[in-house]
Amino acid sequence: MMGSENADGFEETNLNATKEDMENLDLGVDGDDDPLKKSDVNGDTSNSGYRSAMSTLSNVGDPLSPPPTVMIPADSDPLLAPSSYEDFRSSFSSKPISSDNSYIEPPSYADVIFSPFDENSDSEINGADDSSLHSQFSDSLSRSPSSSSSDYIKITVSNPQKEQETSNSIVGGNTYITYQITTRTNLPDFGGPSEFSVRRRFRDVVTLADRLAESYRGFCIPPRPDKSVVESQVMQKQEFVEQRRVALEKYLRRLSAHPVIRNSDELKVFLQVQGKLPLPMSTDVASRMLDGAVKLPKQLFGEGGASAVPVHEVVQPARGGRDLLRLFKELRQSVSNDWGGSKPPVVEEDKEFLEKKEKMHDLEQQIINASQQAESLVKAQQDMGETMGELGLAFIKLTKFETEEAAYNSQRTRANDMKNLATAAVKASRFYRELNSQTVKHLDTLHEYLGMMMAVQGAFADRSSALLTVQTLLSELPSLQTRVEKLEAASSKVFGGDKSRIRKIEELKETIKFTEDAKNVAIREYERIKENNRSEVERLDRERRADFMNMMKGFVVNQVGYAEKMGNVWAKVAEETSQYDREKQNS
Amino acid sequence: MESTEQPRNISGSMQSPRSPSSHPYLSVSVTDPVKLGNGVQAYISYRVITKTNLPEYQGPEKIVIRRYSDFVWLRDRLFEKYKGIFIPPLPEKSAVEKFRFSAEFIEMRRAALDIFVNRIALHPELQQSEDLRTFLQADEETMDRFRFQETSIFKKPADLMQMFRDVQSKVSDAVLGKEKPVEETTADYEKLKHYIFELENHLTEAQKHAYRLVKRHRELGQSLLDFGKAVKLLGACEGEPTGKAFSDLGTKSELLSIKLQKEAQQVLMNFEEPLKDYVRYVQSIKATIAERGTAFKQHCELSETTKLKEINLDKLMLTRSAKVGEAEIEYREIKAESEEATRRFERIVKRMEDEIVRFQEQKTEEMGVAFHQFAKGQARLANSVADAWRSLLPKLEASYSV
Repeated sequence: MMGSENADGFEETNLNATKEDMENLDLGVDGDDDPLKKSDVNGDTSNSGYRSAMSTLSNVGDPLSPPPTVMIPADSDPLLAPSSYEDFRSSFSSKPISSDNSYIEPPSYADVIFSPFDENSDSEINGADDSSLHSQFSDSLSRSPSSSSSDYIKITVSNPQKEQETSNSIVGGNTYITYQITTRTNLPDFGGPSEFSVRRRFRDVVTLADRLAESYRGFCIPPRPDKSVVESQVMQKQEFVEQRRVALEKYLRRLSAHPVIRNSDELKVFLQVQGKLPLPMSTDVASRMLDGAVKLPKQLFGEGGASAVPVHEVVQPARGGRDLLRLFKELRQSVSNDWGGSKPPVVEEDKEFLEKKEKMHDLEQQIINASQQAESLVKAQQDMGETMGELGLAFIKLTKFETEEAAYNSQRTRANDMKNLATAAVKASRFYRELNSQTVKHLDTLHEYLGMMMAVQGAFADRSSALLTVQTLLSELPSLQTRVEKLEAASSKVFGGDKSRIRKIEELKETIKFTEDAKNVAIREYERIKENNRSEVERLDRERRADFMNMMKGFVVNQVGYAEKMGNVWAKVAEETSQYDREKQNS
Repeated sequence: MESTEQPRNISGSMQSPRSPSSHPYLSVSVTDPVKLGNGVQAYISYRVITKTNLPEYQGPEKIVIRRYSDFVWLRDRLFEKYKGIFIPPLPEKSAVEKFRFSAEFIEMRRAALDIFVNRIALHPELQQSEDLRTFLQADEETMDRFRFQETSIFKKPADLMQMFRDVQSKVSDAVLGKEKPVEETTADYEKLKHYIFELENHLTEAQKHAYRLVKRHRELGQSLLDFGKAVKLLGACEGEPTGKAFSDLGTKSELLSIKLQKEAQQVLMNFEEPLKDYVRYVQSIKATIAERGTAFKQHCELSETTKLKEINLDKLMLTRSAKVGEAEIEYREIKAESEEATRRFERIVKRMEDEIVRFQEQKTEEMGVAFHQFAKGQARLANSVADAWRSLLPKLEASYSV
């Protein structure tokens, strides 16, 4: 029963009581109208803030669970007035869209009430649920023409567990977390329809990411989750682990969505091979530098070919490697590119590329901005819903109070008016909440593409570093050549030949040959990366356009649906209070 | 339409002024707020226009200039003279400095003052008050003088006596060890007091949420504006067809932002303000309850004193004391005072009975209007939102197929 509240404790108690009260309310209205009787246990602790929108979101199931709903016939939705529904229909039926999945009508009122508990079980594997929203959305989009709806690969990350490193020391090894990674797929590459699991730790993911970066230079590879050492110390362990789990899942799903990378050996191995991950681990910077320092003297002072960069290493950027000398040379080259007076031997002449790079940068800025404003919008919608609900609740309490204490008919009339208003406010509040959870899904596309912009930058960076390698090698050749010429000139003056000089000349010529070979390899690599860039950017542009269009449509359809619902609810109250319409009376 | 039992059926400005010239009417409007003065001493003055055919008033129409403190004066006078009646409440004195002269605040205050005066003009007893006539008709200098008197430290002798008596009774209570305050304990009155106090709590909460709701409208409007701008910039980066779609989306978003700001103002004026007024009214009732308490105490105490004096007098008469004459005079005086106090108390009780009925009816009406307007406003807003977004859908279709 709604007792009267203690005035001081109002603020606190009401916020917490809100959700419970809304569930326990018994307004004595017939079932159809009264959404309060149907339980709406979201279990969210309603704090304001975008974060809570996300956590609320993760608790509310997806009313639009797959398969994506098609048009709902008008009679099943009592709240959508027929006339408005006609408009709805006619604007779509005239032009058949390429895919049914590209937009989803807001669910009818009836569906919404029950669906929080009706999550399709196949959207969850091993208890993972919140990220399913994201994946469902991305699954339901039709993107590149190559992915037909029958191919699928679905990855879930779950079940974090603490494990201990085996170690010989007395103290015992480090503990770390492993995650269960479950893949469900019907791709032939994985051996037909199957489901399998492995356990991996975060370090393995870093390894995977690094190996992919090496193998797929020039590609837009989705960025892996951060190592975020600081966060792990600041947050609660559980929170951190959960955050990481979500991030890992997103990352792996993005990888598997990439048409080329999904078929990579690295990914396959990562997903399938039990036990230790059979990929070469990345070494940390310190040990690389150490290795490089060991090699350096030989490179500088040693024989012949030692100073030339080994051909096979040319295909990797200098920065991540052990070859300090090469690193130094390329650094010098890049400085001279930027500050030197002369033009480097090969210049990035592809104007189109430079423009594209500029555009991508702008685009990234705008996506960041839009994504921030989207967050604000979501927060504002959520706050609106919350306050509307609180208002409704306050009026329900008033209604009960007036009814209990009624000594005059005017009070009873007022109590009734209040009840109508309160009911509408509570309904509207629920609509705002639902509207918002949908909005979050749609606008999340913007967040997604932030990640992709980083991937693009990575691809462009690959190109730049490959070019730098070419430039460095090219600029070495003339100086080597000159040295040979000088030595030959000097040696020819000595009668009978200069043994040491001749040997030196031989060595230099060998170096030149190696360098020439390396240069050719580097140029080929550069061209390859350029081509990867081009096709990736094209693919990305295409997909991004489709995704953004879908996002907009989803967003708009959602807004229309819920605005209509709210309009109906309030129109009803206006009708119920029409005897108070002063405008009519005074006309 | 309100039903009031009144000696004269005077129609006011709240009803349509279609009364025939013989039908008594008194209609007041508060208009034309104008800022006067400079700096800290700046204030708003209002034109108060009175139209009436009542004989007590000078002529069919009178216009005077009044400021907020004049309204306060009127209210204080009525509160003093008409105990038991729920005097209509005034809007709060001052808001945050920079807000004090904003157009919206001034308009809201003007509207509230207009309602204030009209409620008085429509009240069967209050409308006959001489102070009301002074307020509506006196020239500005006279008004200033009155107002100055009221706020001055030099109170009238009667007030001083009253204050003295209050202190006296408090002291004697303490001395006599009377811890219990003397209070009415009838079941009905208890119920009423409980109702009023609880009602204030509930209403305050509702009003608080209503105010927050106004803020939410503004915030949502702002975020739609920012979102629209951001989306348009994003569209400018993208080529066609996405670019155009984003641009249209942004434009709609900006448009809706304006609608939201408008609705915010409407909710403030037509929903939150009436709720605030409701709260103020309840607080006014509480003040009346306090007055009734005081009157009851006086009535009780004077009754007791009278009885004591009577007993004393009887004693003296029996003993044929010389003091009989004096005692008799005292007794008669006290008795008259006591009867007066009892009369005052009973008048308050009677008035309150009528006032409660009136109050409940008035509030049902006023709240009904507020709810209706709120619902209409929200429905209108929701329809605008739906229309705006819906209009985009065919365009989104078209650009996608390109």
